[in-house]
Amino acid sequence: MQKLLLLGAEAIAQGAIDGGMSGVYAYPGTPSTEITEYVQHNKLAGERKIHSQWSANEKTAMESSLGMSYAGKRTMVCMKHVGLNVAADVFINAAITGVNGGMLVTVADDPSMHSSQNEQDSRFYAKFAMIPVLEPADQQEAYDMAYYGFQLSEQFNVPVMIRITTRIAHSRAAVAQKPLQPENKISLPTDLKQFILLPAIARRRYKGLLSSQESFEISSEESKYNKYIDGADKSMGIIACGIAYNYLMENYPDGNLPYPVIKLSQYPMPRKMVNKLAKETKSLLILEEGYPIIEEMLKGYLEKENVKGRLDGTLPRDGELNATLVAKALGFNVPEVGTVPAIVANRPPAMCAGCGHIDAYNALNEALAVYGKGRVFADIGCYTLGALEPYEAINSCVDMGASITMAKGAADAGLVPAVAVIGDSTFTHSGMTGLLDAIQEGTPITVMISDNFTTAMTGGQCSHAYGKIEDICKGLGVNPDHIRVFTPLKKNHDEMVKIMKEELEYNGVSVIIPRRECIQTMGRKKREDAAAN
Amino acid sequence: MKIDIILAGVGGQGILSIAACIGMASIEEQLHMKQAEVHGMSQRGGAVQSHLRISDKPVASDLIPEGNAELIISVEPMESLRYIPFLKNNGWIVTNVKPFINIPNYPEYEALMAEINARKNVIAIDADEIAKQLKSPRSSNMVMLGAASPFIEMPFEAIEKGVREIFGRKGDEVVNKNLEALHAGRDFAQKIMNA
Repeated sequence: MQKLLLLGAEAIAQGAIDGGMSGVYAYPGTPSTEITEYVQHNKLAGERKIHSQWSANEKTAMESSLGMSYAGKRTMVCMKHVGLNVAADVFINAAITGVNGGMLVTVADDPSMHSSQNEQDSRFYAKFAMIPVLEPADQQEAYDMAYYGFQLSEQFNVPVMIRITTRIAHSRAAVAQKPLQPENKISLPTDLKQFILLPAIARRRYKGLLSSQESFEISSEESKYNKYIDGADKSMGIIACGIAYNYLMENYPDGNLPYPVIKLSQYPMPRKMVNKLAKETKSLLILEEGYPIIEEMLKGYLEKENVKGRLDGTLPRDGELNATLVAKALGFNVPEVGTVPAIVANRPPAMCAGCGHIDAYNALNEALAVYGKGRVFADIGCYTLGALEPYEAINSCVDMGASITMAKGAADAGLVPAVAVIGDSTFTHSGMTGLLDAIQEGTPITVMISDNFTTAMTGGQCSHAYGKIEDICKGLGVNPDHIRVFTPLKKNHDEMVKIMKEELEYNGVSVIIPRRECIQTMGRKKREDAAAN
Repeated sequence: MKIDIILAGVGGQGILSIAACIGMASIEEQLHMKQAEVHGMSQRGGAVQSHLRISDKPVASDLIPEGNAELIISVEPMESLRYIPFLKNNGWIVTNVKPFINIPNYPEYEALMAEINARKNVIAIDADEIAKQLKSPRSSNMVMLGAASPFIEMPFEAIEKGVREIFGRKGDEVVNKNLEALHAGRDFAQKIMNA
């Protein structure tokens, strides 16, 4: 069969489709977005009617996925690492309910924070939930693990995590396909109380999860993704997790690695394999793309073991790995390289020329001038770039939805007026409940919902808020006189400033909605229309 | 053989079309390849790069180690210098000379070009102008690919085939325009190399 040239993210999608998946659930987030988009555009997925619509947020996505698993079908939920924080409640509990149809939780971490607020390592979450993790080293493994992961999940009756990082998600390579599996037929769990986590049942299920740990570990020992590769030089043993294995091998182009190595791609850690390596070698070097989770387990508090890695400075404590960093850790002399000439200026991302957020920020800055700086709580999206020059219009960006609730807390403390800036898609992701808190107490905050009809930062996915924002706000209890809608354009600047000033003065919850389509999605639609005609 | 290429530009300039054509060509040639891209926040007008690695042996790292790239292809002049630490001592820079100015502190143009031209092994080409003369302003990236093609150790026919494959679904006219641009870029580079 012809190989496919796929991003790691796409390889997971194709592997899941070929492995008999009946539905994927997700909220877009870099670097995970392309998994779901691939399913949305895949012909076979269309023919099979595989569910692939976006969800309102990661929590609703994972709960729907668990529901599909309950009904006996194979399903996957995808998110970026911080999305797992949003879905953490269902995630931890789904390990206790277990599954019926195979369920994959695919999480894309972003070490070095290319497009994220932090670089948390999802393997910690899997350890917390006590479920197996598959961490592909390359695109072929990404495909294979999604394909094979459903069986693993069904065999062990728990969700299985696939953990990838930015480099594998967004790197393309050739991938060989496996034979297409049939979808599962609808079937109820054998025990209809399995998913009822009342204490009496939860305790029983939890004991079951605990007693399964040994079988998870045996599976890791026997996994084809975990390899013990012997080497003659026993002065050091190396454990290379996931993609770190590639950075290791990059330093041995002819493949002749002198040290014994464990290529580690399935967790929990295979204890016997690791013990063997520790016994046979004088020291250990741990290569992990992310937090030093394995290193910490092996090193412990007493530091009796000679374990090197991110914790002792052999490798940097933060950021992505690469072949050069690994070369230094191996003791190679790294040749001097050229430096970036001083003339090269930084080119950070910026809001697009003609973007409606720009006009909204220009008006907001003017309306707020009399109160002074430091009153604007923003959120996650393109409008976060309003933090940069020349706007410098916002003072926070923490997590999805935090704009409204942080403004509320600041107003409770006496910082009035306090302003929240949130996008349409982020509002329906996690902003509505916070707004309800403010309405409940009549907290004097001004919430600007900058509506561009799309989830823009991740590439223009559908926004659940489309056409519903005023109704949602009214339904939650915002006084309709204080829901103000306008078009953010330069020519409307004075009108916008006037409206904003009025609402900043109002002693209650007001919602102002600058509304204009994202110029990126508008341009794309025009090009598609032109191509169609 | 192995060739490591850094593709550089600004988010939205479409460097991935160049990567896709070379990638397709390498598959035609039965070579191993990996290509790391930038998605997400930086695509909003920020500096973007793609690491393209091609070899007759399996490729390990998705990222090119520093000091290993044979070639930097940049569709914007300042961006051609940002990835110098990745370039081999005797590596080549093939860069467009048309600046993309979306920052207030963009360097003075003459000084920038002097810095580029002071380096050995540079092909500086006005790809936008050449594409415009071919009445195909949107194919400047294929002019760039053509100018870089003498440094890509692969039959030129394979690269042509890659371009045909990538643009095929857009129809013959688009394919031919892009092939024309590819040839114009290659001719330009070869003239400089032979001079």
